[in-house]
Amino acid sequence: MNNPRGMWTLFRKEMSRFMKVSVQTVLTPVVTSLLYLMVFLQVLKEHVEVYPGVVYSVFLLPGLIMMSMIQNAFANSSSSLIQSKMMGNLVFVLLAPLSSLEIYFAFVAAAILRGLLVGIGVYIAAIWFVPLHITNIGVVLVFALLGTASLGALGLLAGIWSRQFEQLAAFQNFVVLPLSFLSGVFYSIHSLPDPWAAVSRFNPFFYMIDGFRYGFLGASDVSPTLSIGVMSAFFVLLSVFCIWLLHTGYKLRD
Amino acid sequence: MTGHTSSIAVSICGLHKHYGTVHALRGIDFEIMPGELFGLLGPNGAGKSTLINILAGLVRATRGDILIHGHHVVQDYRRTRRDVGIVPQELVYDPFFTVREVLDYQAGYFGCGPEQGPWIDELLDTLNLAAKANDNVMSLSGGMKRRLLIAQALVHRPQVLVLDEPTAGVDVEMRRVLWRFIKQLHEAGHTIVLTTHYLEEAETLCDRIAILNHGSLVALDSKQCLLDRHPWRLLCLVLEDSKTPLPDQLMPLVRERNDRRVVLRMNKHEDGIAGVLDALHQSHIKVQDFYTRDVGLEEVFLALTGSGDE
Repeated sequence: MNNPRGMWTLFRKEMSRFMKVSVQTVLTPVVTSLLYLMVFLQVLKEHVEVYPGVVYSVFLLPGLIMMSMIQNAFANSSSSLIQSKMMGNLVFVLLAPLSSLEIYFAFVAAAILRGLLVGIGVYIAAIWFVPLHITNIGVVLVFALLGTASLGALGLLAGIWSRQFEQLAAFQNFVVLPLSFLSGVFYSIHSLPDPWAAVSRFNPFFYMIDGFRYGFLGASDVSPTLSIGVMSAFFVLLSVFCIWLLHTGYKLRD
Repeated sequence: MTGHTSSIAVSICGLHKHYGTVHALRGIDFEIMPGELFGLLGPNGAGKSTLINILAGLVRATRGDILIHGHHVVQDYRRTRRDVGIVPQELVYDPFFTVREVLDYQAGYFGCGPEQGPWIDELLDTLNLAAKANDNVMSLSGGMKRRLLIAQALVHRPQVLVLDEPTAGVDVEMRRVLWRFIKQLHEAGHTIVLTTHYLEEAETLCDRIAILNHGSLVALDSKQCLLDRHPWRLLCLVLEDSKTPLPDQLMPLVRERNDRRVVLRMNKHEDGIAGVLDALHQSHIKVQDFYTRDVGLEEVFLALTGSGDE
């Protein structure tokens, strides 16, 4: 990377973009997650323990935090890119001596930052209602970073692919939303009948949620090592594809 | 040529671009020398913006190369993008930021740091944007947005400045201000490539002009040589009677007739004004007034792009 200042500037610009509308980009997702938490706690307060000694609210909260983080990481890179494309101001980035790798890192780092801010916000707001303690901060951080980075890269891919807001909305509603809702945020896959338990194992979002939850509870549906492996592979795959598309100029440099 | 600095500012070799079945550029070759103020003209769809976008790295050529100071715009893009500033045709802007933020970020993309602050201040002053430095870009008028685009293109101090229709949609006063600024940049040693629909603009500013039509280069010459290629002079007559038929020998020269006003196109070297006036006199046609005018770039342009009657 020969232009670290250029990459740092693009990251700062992306960060500043979402911080200028932080009510929409950080506060709103925190409030939405709290509403989810309140509703589910009321409806499912009699729900059986998912793991021995773990009440449902404590099981649910890590999944909600991760879901908020990954959805916002995706939203950050995808919406920034599609807005810049539609407004035409992406030209200022494309005219600059920035490599595809530098553009990728700047967008994904900003997505990670927004995801983490939302996650921390949800955690701080929710622990007033749910006694959730961190068992292994290292695991929590690894999955938070892998999850937000992966969805930041996926958002960049979606932004590159989409020519209009409608296409991006379709990607979000038909890919990201189902994968995150069916990832075990609200349930353990052990409670699912076959073949759904087996199908869930093909959903990479499941490993994000399950591994992240392990960092809090010390218990998970699958081994955290397996989750780290799957997540790392998913992240590398998305990143390579993303950097390759940026390099070829696909739908950016016609 | 890649890998060393050339004495040629911009070198375009065998450039082709296909968009599906559309052949937008059909083998363009020309060079632009350092310090030139070069005009790139052509009707809509001629390929001007495609050529500029390839030069800027925004579009990939199907075949052929563009070199900036000897460096390839794709293989050595970091170097060439630092050498070039592009003013895009559309009024594009980022609605999240102030004028100063936009310029700070743009400078940063090119690896420039806080040391660029005084230059940004100078650009804001020169382009009459200093009072708006802390205002959101959305609040700027169209003319101010256009000037901000020029400031963005200059913020990293490029040697080559490409202005794609810089005065499109700008009022007459602002157009004059921009022309003055372009001349200043030229005098300061910048190589300037200008595309424009306003032929008066090209005629006023440019040293050398290329004319594109349907993706091909149909002319490339100094402004004066282009004008000299067409030995035409226009003779405008105001007759006393609008219904008077003109003598037969003058009919091939008539370019336009509107009521009492008649415009004749004459070859400077072959057709004499005295002969025309004699013919009118012999036909008892009274002339109230007359004047002559040399053809401008517009007539040359129309002739070369097939839009004229030549």
